[in-house]
Amino acid sequence: MKTIKHIFILVLLFMGTTAFTYAPITEPTGEEIIEKVDANMSSENRVVESEMIIHGKRRDRTVTSKTWSVGNQQSFSEYLSPAREAGTKMLKVEGKLWIYTPQTDRIIQISGHMLRQSVMGSDMSYEDMMDDRTLLDVYDANRTGEEIIDDRKCYVVELLAKVDDIAYHSQKLWVDAERFVPLRQEMYAKSGQLLKRMTLSNVQQIDERWYPMTMTYKDMLKDGKGTEFRIIKLAFDQDIPPHTFTKAILKK
Amino acid sequence: MLSFKIAVKNLIGAGLKTWLNVFVLSLSFVMIIFYNSMIDGWNKQAETDTIAWEIGQGQIWEKDYDPYDPYSLIDAHAVIPPELKNQATKGDVVPILITQASVYPQGRMQNILLKGIPTDQQLLDLPTAELSDEGETTPAIIGRRMSEATKLKQGDRVLLRWRDKNGTFDAQEILITKVFENNVPSIDAGQVWIPLASLQEMTGMTDEATLLVVGDDYQPVADANWEFKSIGFLLADMRAIIETKKGSAAIMYLLLLGIALLAIFDTQVLSIFRRQKEIGTYVALGMTRGQVVKLFTIEGGAHSLFAAALGALYGIPLFIYLNKVGIPMPAGTDSAGLPISSEIIPVYGLGLVVGTILLVVLSATIVSYMPARKIARMKPTEALKGKIQ
Repeated sequence: MKTIKHIFILVLLFMGTTAFTYAPITEPTGEEIIEKVDANMSSENRVVESEMIIHGKRRDRTVTSKTWSVGNQQSFSEYLSPAREAGTKMLKVEGKLWIYTPQTDRIIQISGHMLRQSVMGSDMSYEDMMDDRTLLDVYDANRTGEEIIDDRKCYVVELLAKVDDIAYHSQKLWVDAERFVPLRQEMYAKSGQLLKRMTLSNVQQIDERWYPMTMTYKDMLKDGKGTEFRIIKLAFDQDIPPHTFTKAILKK
Repeated sequence: MLSFKIAVKNLIGAGLKTWLNVFVLSLSFVMIIFYNSMIDGWNKQAETDTIAWEIGQGQIWEKDYDPYDPYSLIDAHAVIPPELKNQATKGDVVPILITQASVYPQGRMQNILLKGIPTDQQLLDLPTAELSDEGETTPAIIGRRMSEATKLKQGDRVLLRWRDKNGTFDAQEILITKVFENNVPSIDAGQVWIPLASLQEMTGMTDEATLLVVGDDYQPVADANWEFKSIGFLLADMRAIIETKKGSAAIMYLLLLGIALLAIFDTQVLSIFRRQKEIGTYVALGMTRGQVVKLFTIEGGAHSLFAAALGALYGIPLFIYLNKVGIPMPAGTDSAGLPISSEIIPVYGLGLVVGTILLVVLSATIVSYMPARKIARMKPTEALKGKIQ
């Protein structure tokens, strides 16, 4: 009886060891990856000083700006240079966008079809800036594989629209498997045609999070080098006074 | 009649001086008729072509449609009412759906208006039959201007990007099946035409249109979402622009007319100064001062009659020739956006010819009368002596 008991214990131990040895390493699902990306990239608020380099056919144009933002809902930007754009201010509050230009000394609300226009001649539209929804609000995420980008292991996540009112029917993200920072993002048309590609690089640790300090936004259907965003200064969770996000600040 | 005979005799007697004035004045005659007939010809041709290629016998617009605001196209589309759909089936109206899109020829992005039109329509001159052969790639036709701007030729494929009714991007290749020649930039520049059914499917706007072009057999339909626009309304802007051209052309021929009238004025002043003894003699022989003023006025005014005759002598053959071959327009004239053919056939109306004769005769008579008024203040005795007064 004692022998049988020993054998039973041995079998259990063996089964347990085998089960432990062959248990699959739990990889995150597409949704979990995107959730982690959102958690890493978003913050309560942030203050960003950046330059936008618009690569033209003949020459490049650099526009510098400072942006104060709270979540995805509120943001205020002031353009600092070049002289022609300096003093232009943009305010986004509760799904509405206003722009102030010192040349006209007027505040204009950008709405409807105007939202589809390019921001300062870049490859980005006002509409791209306006979408408050997170990726998981509008897309179903599915992890499809792994790839190496810039010597970093990345999860490849495919996003498929689950709502109708969305600019890109599907997207593909390459997310750093360790830092949960997207290193590449591609936007596709309904037909599957690649339309735009965003390349994120120069990932740096700021406080406790990793953040890409350079982003290149490229329209894949036309020639050219696209538009490059470089973050010069970035600070999270700052003390931003509430009046920053009121229309009154535009004319100050 | 006596005054007229004397005036003509005096004029002919003045020799080269008269004929120089007459020649310059005749040039004004010919120029006025040339410019105005050319503009009238352009107007007529532009209206005929616009009706044939773009507006038919009028258009019915979706209430939000504004042709001068391409951004309004996002909202300017609606389901075609059943009554209009029936007429469209019979070919009495042609529905057109318009949306904004981009094409990417040679890696360049060009924003365009993407227009869907029934392939079997007969109402407009657009060669839509070339759109009927739908293979795997959507067929498209473009005008000559669009072809020149994008360097696209018949048989080329180009990537097209558009948004559906929800704003979602889509892209696919289209095949250029025809590059058509035309004189109407508003259906050509920056535009690509594809089958209506394809565009409705691509955008998810099933059975929808932005506007409908109507033909002669169109039966009016009352619908709050659709507004009928008459030919007069649709051509009003073009007519106004062409009339402006008439105004600017007038500056040129009025300058020429001004020079001729100044020459007549000078001749009159000189005549009255140098022919004082003659004036004194007329009065001594029993003519009243008024009759002498009349004689000199007729003499000056007769320049215009001679000019009309001389102008007719070389102008009529010239106008007949131009009417036959047309007035060639330089390349690129139509880039301003107005319908204009490579040759304009001038239109000579009776009103134009009579109006021009009246303008020149009246203005020549007025400038002749102004210096002749001095005669009324002359003392006949002093005039007979030839003393300067």
